[in-house]
Amino acid sequence: MQRIYLDNSATTKVDPRVVEEMLPYFSDNYGNPSSLHTLGREAKDAIDSARGRIAACLNASPDEIVFTGSGTEANNFALKGVAFANRQKGNHIIVSRIEHDSILNPCRWLKDQRFEIEYLPVQKDGLVEVDELKKRIKKETVLVSIMHANNEVGTIEPVEAIGAACRERGVYFHTDACQSFGKIIFDPHRQQIDLATINAHKIYGPKGVGALFIRKGVKISSWQQGGGQEMGLRSATENIPAIMGFAKAVELCFLEFEKEDERLRRLRDKIIDHILEQMPSAYLNGSRERRLSNNVNIGFYGLEGEAITLQLKLDEMGIFVSTGSACSSNGSDHKASHVLSSLGLDPIQARGALRISLGRYNTEEEVDRFLEVLPKAIAGLKSIASVLV
Amino acid sequence: MDAKRIYLDHAATTPAHPDVVKAMQPYFSDIYGNPSSIHSFGQEAKAALESAREKVVVLINARPDEIVFTSGGTESDNFALTGIVYANEKKGDHIITSKIEHHAVTECADFLAKRGFNVTYLPVDKYGMVDPMDVKKAITDKTVLVSIMHANNEIGTIEPLADIIKIVKEKGVFFHTDAVQTFGHLPIDVNKIKADLLSLSGHKFYGPKGVGALYIRKGTRIVPFLRGGAQESNRRASTENVPGIVGMGAACMIAQAEMATAALRETALRDKLIRGIMEKIPEVTLNGHPTARLPNNVNIAIKYVEGESILLNLDMMGIAASSGSACTSGSLDPSHVLLAIGVPHALAHGSLRMTLGRQTTVSDIDRTIEVLPPIVEKLRAMSPLKKGGK
Repeated sequence: MQRIYLDNSATTKVDPRVVEEMLPYFSDNYGNPSSLHTLGREAKDAIDSARGRIAACLNASPDEIVFTGSGTEANNFALKGVAFANRQKGNHIIVSRIEHDSILNPCRWLKDQRFEIEYLPVQKDGLVEVDELKKRIKKETVLVSIMHANNEVGTIEPVEAIGAACRERGVYFHTDACQSFGKIIFDPHRQQIDLATINAHKIYGPKGVGALFIRKGVKISSWQQGGGQEMGLRSATENIPAIMGFAKAVELCFLEFEKEDERLRRLRDKIIDHILEQMPSAYLNGSRERRLSNNVNIGFYGLEGEAITLQLKLDEMGIFVSTGSACSSNGSDHKASHVLSSLGLDPIQARGALRISLGRYNTEEEVDRFLEVLPKAIAGLKSIASVLV
Repeated sequence: MDAKRIYLDHAATTPAHPDVVKAMQPYFSDIYGNPSSIHSFGQEAKAALESAREKVVVLINARPDEIVFTSGGTESDNFALTGIVYANEKKGDHIITSKIEHHAVTECADFLAKRGFNVTYLPVDKYGMVDPMDVKKAITDKTVLVSIMHANNEIGTIEPLADIIKIVKEKGVFFHTDAVQTFGHLPIDVNKIKADLLSLSGHKFYGPKGVGALYIRKGTRIVPFLRGGAQESNRRASTENVPGIVGMGAACMIAQAEMATAALRETALRDKLIRGIMEKIPEVTLNGHPTARLPNNVNIAIKYVEGESILLNLDMMGIAASSGSACTSGSLDPSHVLLAIGVPHALAHGSLRMTLGRQTTVSDIDRTIEVLPPIVEKLRAMSPLKKGGK
């Protein structure tokens, strides 16, 4: 059976060119970059070059890139690192209601450590209101963290306007760019972003590596203590193969950006248009215009409770999609999506949406096949539902 | 320049075993799903993860649900220390560790001290051994954690863990050990020694870099270090590094099969190297314990010379060694481990660590014994520290 992977927001296939870049660093150039001998120095040079290559794609300076073990780690680092380093200035942090769990859960912990966390609401298309944000910034505010693009509904936030608002008030602005990096050209310095989280496995790079962009001059405390690697900010023997793969993945995204962006948008719009036209019960979640090039998030009136069954039905047919974000789909306790709830959907609707996320390896034929199979899967569900009733 | 490079820095990192890389490869571009995805493609990745977990537990006699995968030894150590102290704040605020721990433990303890926790750094004897009675004396009713490494990364001394843990557990305190240097090299049975937490790292036993694990005994009160998604049974958020974890699992299988013979082989080579150096070079001493010592560790203090000069000269001859732990080798401070065992400042600067591995041969050792003495002689002739030196 043909398998069609339409879950590229959860993770992506590593590009074979990336694997190629990584392979020499496992068993040949395997030195520890902190070692003084040749093998160690070669490893150090490799990491420095990777740092430079990634920084170049961000218009940043290499010493503004700190490698981490993942996007989750970079988000934890940004929040706790800024919160504790600027405690004397204040204890107020603003985040949006639709952030990833790797922002929301560290915030819950910071609240226990006597920080005040304010959750900024979003409009029904998932956009934050910059004026609303401005009203909430106060003199105790040390950090605003708002994602660049949402992982479930694909809404692209106005980071440039948010950056300007924060800079004007002297507040640090962090953005989780895990979903947007490589899909939207962004320039943290120009957009007045102080910290940005990026990672590799969402852009055809390996799992187990991410990075935090930290603008020069930002006051942040170190994340992981130990040997003092990564300019003293993140100790641990560097994961060289993964870092090399990350650099290659970033370069490929940037080199192939325009063509790929256009292709993905066309496929995305084909799916959205087709579903909305052919299936009267379908509705689109998120913004039609300010939307990631690869994201489709659709609900079906009357079938929200069956979203998981629908996903499994598609799975049987060899098509892999998601009902929300992979990270929160863990376990059997399928709760309502906090993102969909924040968009104003009722609790039932918030439990059931289908996320289809496209990627580099999806073809038009795959999209056509999906569109052909989807109504059949739904028809199957409806008959189950009617039998049960 | 030599045709063959001789790598004697296995305590810093090891090459990934070819079978490890082979095991990892399908998980980059074929079985690349996210283990948290409910669909069957994600579940295939999840199955690989769980199978790797079972391979890890075999080496320490633990249960699969007691293993949490991390990004490496440093994260495991940070997780263990901060996770235990923040989860047990109501009980107390005191941590006990030793003066010769890896920086991932000492720096983390210092960091916690800045946050208001109390830390006791136990001294060690001239071999680097912690005295279990010192542990007993240091424990108070506010102590929540004792963290003592299994074997030291610089001088190779193996700590009397069973005796220490017995005392710690009698007092009802949690015990953590950094076993980064021993896991996959020496047999460990967490149930026999009764450790509550144990850190391990993939790249020190021919697995990949960027992956490690923390063993957490069932029932241990600990809060997460990384927060976010519900991965690793809510104990460590992050999309799992599936290829890395699979690779570490493969390294565990190899270790399981080869550990006993490797230890015997390396011990023989180690002792040959130590003997050879002692015979050929005057005024050298062995750092660390002569017998309670990692099978692959040689650490010698060489009078009147700088360890770094020796290692750069060795490097020019194609031999990779270290002057301390890799993590601190960029720093000018003498090793905190050597100072703790009473090596004088000047001599601490003159120490050389050579750590052997599965590819080290008898001829590598012969070559090292042949190459090292003239280097030392040359450096001593130039040394201002030596009487009569220029």
